[in-house]
Amino acid sequence: MSALIEAEGLTRILPEVVPVTLVEDVTLAIGTREFVAITGPSGSGKSSLLYLLGLLDRPTAGTLRLAGEDTAPMNEAARAAHRLALIGFVFQFHFLLPEFTARENVEIPMRRLGRLPRERSRARAGELLESLGLAGHVDKRPDQLSGGQRQRVAVARALANDPPLVLADEPTGSLDSQSSEQVFAILADLVRERGKTVVAVTHDLELAARMGRRIHLVDGRLVSDERAAGPAPG
Amino acid sequence: MRLILDIAVTHIAGRGRQTLVAVLGVAVGVGFSIAMAALMQGGQDDLIAKLVDTMPHVEITDDRRQPPTQPAEAAFDAVAIAGLRPREDRRGIINPTAAFTWLREWVPGRVAASLETQGVIRYLGRDVGATVVGIEPKAERGVSPIIGNFVQGSFEALGAGGNNAVIGDRMAARLGAGMGDTVTVVAATGQSRGFKIAGLFHTGITARDEHEVYVLLKSAQILDERINVINQIRIKLDDPAAAPAAARRAEARLGYKSVSWQEANRQILEAVVVRNVIMYTVVAAIMLVAGFGIFNIISTITHEKARDIAIMKSLGFSRGDMQRLFVLEGVAIGAAGSALGWLLGFALVYALSLVHFELSAGGRELTRLPIAWDPLHYAIAAGFAVASAAVAGYLPARRAARQHPVDIIRGAS
Repeated sequence: MSALIEAEGLTRILPEVVPVTLVEDVTLAIGTREFVAITGPSGSGKSSLLYLLGLLDRPTAGTLRLAGEDTAPMNEAARAAHRLALIGFVFQFHFLLPEFTARENVEIPMRRLGRLPRERSRARAGELLESLGLAGHVDKRPDQLSGGQRQRVAVARALANDPPLVLADEPTGSLDSQSSEQVFAILADLVRERGKTVVAVTHDLELAARMGRRIHLVDGRLVSDERAAGPAPG
Repeated sequence: MRLILDIAVTHIAGRGRQTLVAVLGVAVGVGFSIAMAALMQGGQDDLIAKLVDTMPHVEITDDRRQPPTQPAEAAFDAVAIAGLRPREDRRGIINPTAAFTWLREWVPGRVAASLETQGVIRYLGRDVGATVVGIEPKAERGVSPIIGNFVQGSFEALGAGGNNAVIGDRMAARLGAGMGDTVTVVAATGQSRGFKIAGLFHTGITARDEHEVYVLLKSAQILDERINVINQIRIKLDDPAAAPAAARRAEARLGYKSVSWQEANRQILEAVVVRNVIMYTVVAAIMLVAGFGIFNIISTITHEKARDIAIMKSLGFSRGDMQRLFVLEGVAIGAAGSALGWLLGFALVYALSLVHFELSAGGRELTRLPIAWDPLHYAIAAGFAVASAAVAGYLPARRAARQHPVDIIRGAS
């Protein structure tokens, strides 16, 4: 079985007056049901690598295959379509649309994809939120929710179209330790219970230590890629 | 797409007051454009109605557009003719009965023959130059520009006596003559005859009111010493728009110059076209200004929502989706403004139609503003508004859609 993500020589250079190398020659493969941490000091290109993997950015050089398909020839619309169906994003900040309720926010990717009829997507949004412990909050707007709750809504939104891959950029970075623990548990559950692949950028080495695989970047280069001996702990 | 529409509505609704200003801007533009179009069109219709009512639709005279060719010219390719003294033909339409009958056969409308000649009207030692028109009252009824414009007496009175005449009120004033007075008409031939004034008309066209005398055809023929001659056939068509075709057909067959009212008033009709061009230029300018308001609000929204745009892109919305979103927002404002503008325009036009004033300085008296109600005005104004709204939305939308989501996500994190 081919890996979900196959990157080869992935490089991203910002074409400034003095070119800035964000990611340099990263080669890696990530399979299904993996819980991967990308770690490194700040400015090491963790987030940049994540954006490349998530088709938000285009590599300057190297190839990226997503679910077996080469992403290089895709145009902007095709990349958007792939993000919609295959990838769920969770950012450090919740990034919910402020005018819409939690349920509506979760519904938006489903409505954009248009695979489910409206009632089904509504119901599914409710179920997702409930499964993440937000049963009483589905009709609240983001500003009526706490930070941890918002981040869980964001996770629910990332799962809306049931993508095989969830990419998280410092998902617990702006949360207190209790909410942080809760969100981490949910991400771990995604791998264990729902069979997703979760790739999370984090600078929290303690958190990273509890993930199944740790990719360490320094100055945009991959310096270590280690797997935990046992199954990913919760 | 419903989803895009929902998001668009949310964005617009989130900026209530600014949206209201933009909508009102469009509404005022649309409303005033409609009112202006109604006035312009009304004035134009009124003008054309005047032309159509007061002129024969086709006038066939005994003139020719080109001088008749010499028989030699018809026979040879190149002929040099010098010192030609044209034969002095008897003026008038040759074989008028045949021409008249032929016209009657196919012309959809009324036909009347007349003899027009120049003369002088004399009363109490005062002379006024006049165009003497000899008519047959029965046929003339169908084409006459003076019928229905009588201030004293009537058109029928003309047929009541062989020596009756009707003249314009201004001519009567110049002569100092009134109803029942007998004036002397002297023709260019030297013939003179007395006529009793049996009616005064006022058409509002000075040349006509001051210089035209209508008498019976027989009397005119006697004055002009041309018995049984006519030099004018005037046609009123059921459909004035068919005049050029009818004129062409008559001219092709009869050979006489046949002038449609459109040809006779070409300059006026050209001026009407110029007026319309000016009007639509102004409408476009108004809409452009309204478009700035829309551009402003959509620009503001795209700036404010830069983060949301990045989020939606990360969720899997494409650049095209984002562009559609903001164009749709512009169009929504344009459409709302158009709807409101229709109400405003309707109200303005209605208010204008109530304006009442006295204007008797010649011409057909205007007591109300000439106003045309035409759904086309509403459609054109709204079309301009929505189109400029789409452009005003498109420009910031394109810029916003191009924005790189990574830049914004990085900036926010």
